[in-house]
Amino acid sequence: MSTITQPLQRTNDFVVKFANVNGSGSASANSLFARSILRMGVPASARNIFPSNIQGLPTWYEVRVSGSGWLARRGGVDLMVAMNPQTWDRDVAEVEPGGYLFYDSTRFIPRGKFRDDITVLGLPLTEICNREFTSPRERQLFKNIMYLGALAALLGIDLTEIDKLIQEQYGSKQKLIDSNLKVLRLGHDAATESLPCPIGLRVERSDQVGKRIFIDGNTAAGLGCVYGGATVAGWYPITPSTSVIEAFTSYCKQLRHDPETGKANYAIVQAEDELASIGMVVGAGWNGARAFTATSGPGISLMQEFFGLAYFAEIPAMVVNVQRGGPSTGMPTRTQQSDVLACAYASHGDTKHVLLFPQDPHETFEYSALGLDLAERLQTPVFVMIDLDIGMNEWLVDPFEWDDSREYDRGKVMTAEELEAGKDFGRYLEVDGDGIPYRTLPGTHPKRGAYFTRGTTRDPYAKYSEVGSVYIGNMERLLKKFDTARTLVPAPVVQKARQRADFGVIYYGSTSEAMREALAQLEAQGLHVDAMRVRGFPFADEVYRFVEDHPVTFVVEQNRDAQLKTLLVTEGQLNPAQLVEVLHYDGTPITARFISREIAARMDAAKVTPIKKVAS
Amino acid sequence: MTYIIKPKLHHPTLTPNALGYTRRDYEGAISTMCAGCGHDSISAAVIQACYELDIEPHRVAKLSGIGCSSKSPDYFLGNAHGFNTVHGRMPSVLTGANMANKDLLYLGISGDGDTASIGLGQFAHAIRRGVKMVYLVENNGVYGLTKGQFSATADAGSKSKGGVVNEDSPIDLCALALQLGATFVARSFSGDKEQLVPLLKAAFTHGGTAMIDVLSPCVTFNNHAGSTKSYDYVREHNDALNRLDIFFGRDEITADYAPGSTVEVTQHDGSILRLHKLHDSYTPTDRLHAMRYLEERKAIGEIVTGLLYVDQQPTTLHDHLKTADQPLNRLDAKTLSPGRAKLEEINASLR
Repeated sequence: MSTITQPLQRTNDFVVKFANVNGSGSASANSLFARSILRMGVPASARNIFPSNIQGLPTWYEVRVSGSGWLARRGGVDLMVAMNPQTWDRDVAEVEPGGYLFYDSTRFIPRGKFRDDITVLGLPLTEICNREFTSPRERQLFKNIMYLGALAALLGIDLTEIDKLIQEQYGSKQKLIDSNLKVLRLGHDAATESLPCPIGLRVERSDQVGKRIFIDGNTAAGLGCVYGGATVAGWYPITPSTSVIEAFTSYCKQLRHDPETGKANYAIVQAEDELASIGMVVGAGWNGARAFTATSGPGISLMQEFFGLAYFAEIPAMVVNVQRGGPSTGMPTRTQQSDVLACAYASHGDTKHVLLFPQDPHETFEYSALGLDLAERLQTPVFVMIDLDIGMNEWLVDPFEWDDSREYDRGKVMTAEELEAGKDFGRYLEVDGDGIPYRTLPGTHPKRGAYFTRGTTRDPYAKYSEVGSVYIGNMERLLKKFDTARTLVPAPVVQKARQRADFGVIYYGSTSEAMREALAQLEAQGLHVDAMRVRGFPFADEVYRFVEDHPVTFVVEQNRDAQLKTLLVTEGQLNPAQLVEVLHYDGTPITARFISREIAARMDAAKVTPIKKVAS
Repeated sequence: MTYIIKPKLHHPTLTPNALGYTRRDYEGAISTMCAGCGHDSISAAVIQACYELDIEPHRVAKLSGIGCSSKSPDYFLGNAHGFNTVHGRMPSVLTGANMANKDLLYLGISGDGDTASIGLGQFAHAIRRGVKMVYLVENNGVYGLTKGQFSATADAGSKSKGGVVNEDSPIDLCALALQLGATFVARSFSGDKEQLVPLLKAAFTHGGTAMIDVLSPCVTFNNHAGSTKSYDYVREHNDALNRLDIFFGRDEITADYAPGSTVEVTQHDGSILRLHKLHDSYTPTDRLHAMRYLEERKAIGEIVTGLLYVDQQPTTLHDHLKTADQPLNRLDAKTLSPGRAKLEEINASLR
């Protein structure tokens, strides 16, 4: 039965999804699309959904245009740019009723392959490209720029903004600029001539972007490590973390040279595996340099032994963990928050590690620098827990900030002068009541301060000891240090509901933007929830109080086994029944729709009466 | 690992070196190795070499993995920082430490299990990267701490203490180091101090990646008939290539070396290795020659010792990375942070 559905009419509020084939060169055109909308002052966010493959498999790029400022994935698609015959059926099915479908009409597609309730927009892109170009590569690549031109016509995007972006992208390569601009206009003109331009989805110039920047989290992490003073990186390539080190390398090359000699004030080594990469970080941390590595779940698994060593021998080390779908090889190019427990308790024996949960690239920059401080202050591994969604997608975020008066926290390092003055040095001696001992760096003093670092148990003066009480004293001090960490990690952020709320929700990391919108959606339904964003582990006491203050607290996370909930229950000795899981783990970034639907359903099951009915 | 502190009594006749340190200043805790363990002889040789070279003990960073060999850094250079890391992973930790501070002398102590089995990969990659260090393998062909299993350097056909015959091919760490690009490769025997001490001294002054494989009999588990790593076997099959002296621009250090022709090799720091050749045809500056020679002698059951290969102008990881002269661990926030103004520029480029 066909239904008559009015075409969608929306300005600065819609979702466009590009269905492409990996390796076809579409990424550049798709990114230009998102950027051109931002240049028009309209907030937009982009999600790249791609396969673990170089060429041939399906890939998608989803752009949410939101004058309201919602930047998470919304769910559903208003305009599908269907460039991949392989995924045609599912792409067509994903379009919202009244939505639009743009496709390459060179090849005949049977009518049954379309839907009656959406507007179909066909343009013979391949035919035009074949007419204009002879090289197969040009024909392929320019097809992407051509649909970009057509979309500009359909949506009312200012072509001059795309022109400028192309010029910035290609710099001095005038030939490339000219050819791209030519093709852009070919697409624009073709659409203007043969399609009903503009359609019901429109971009209108605005001033809502302001000073915000568009950047992915991995680049932000690399830059944060530069600003945070990291000088040593050992790493091993792994999706989706590789670009953290690529960014670090690139920024170091630009910013980190000795002004007189031009030599590098950094050392980056691509290790032979993850074990060696963390080994280098531990060695450098032991020797007083700020060091880090970037990896993902499988790398975390391989590094376990070193995490235990660094924890027990008390050596600074920072890891940027860009989480992906697990377990095992899992979904290498999909996002999850499923390494929380693996990192919190990494390695055998009783270990606990400091975790930081940035919510976006802006915080990733800040926490990467902060993580280096905390690693040295606490003399322990620190994990910056981002995920593929933050790491590899470009986000619209507040600009980075830096205080030039900021000094790095190098922790408790005893100097030669202090040793010379006769200050008592015991490497694992509790001195200040915070569980953090003093250390010396190799080469400090000819006669004093040297000690033997080892992963075996020892007394406060670093002498090997298997005496049970000595071991327990050390382990208790490590717990005290962990308590100190509780006061140093970023405090949780609370958003109180407008009405008194019996329900709470706890979330973290990349879920935050979707949660922001979901809370508004719930409130619009009269469902009021107090929200807490957790930003660090060990959890502040405030986190446990939040749970105690609400009969039910939802824990929203992107993994199957409710890992943060497990950590809350275990560490806070909470009643598990108080914490209700809301889990999303199909590998795509969580959406606001999903969160609000799931929470509303649970509240409905609990017979919560909305305070305010939804406006119809 | 037991830690026993040595008494601090100094014999008044101990001779100080140029720095004013006596030999005792290069010692560490009392060894807990088995009596007669070759590793203790190696510790003594390290002490001797550092004392004679006037090395400041605290300017050495001594790193090891896990195993009997890796315990031994506790027994020398007590004023140096030591790091007993994890099994087979010392090379990466040493690499990181070296990246952080190029100014220290790095001594990696490892064993045949630590290096040739679990740590073979890290050994290979640290060497191919040119990490400036002395990598010393205390090689006894057996796992001592777990009581007598064969290691990967045990020769095919050799027997365990229980009479089991090893059927697997051995890994020759010198051959491997040569192939991987080590710029200083030597083999020695813990029972031959006259050869080992000058080799250690040459390695310390080398300026590149120096690997010394020291056959070091395990008196408890691998010093019996049928072992090819026993004191008797090594003494009987030792094919010593050379003995060497090392000269600086100051006092000549001499020793009573076997007669033969002599060749001099100048190292990057100007020190001269005077090699008393026991085999006239052997050229220690020819990597291919060294590789061929090792294989030839191995085929007839001989253990080649001495300086196998030296590159007179080695380059290091820091050369490859083009790092600044100032050690990275000494750079301050002002040097390291590009500053707010630069960040504003970066922000602007991201709009």
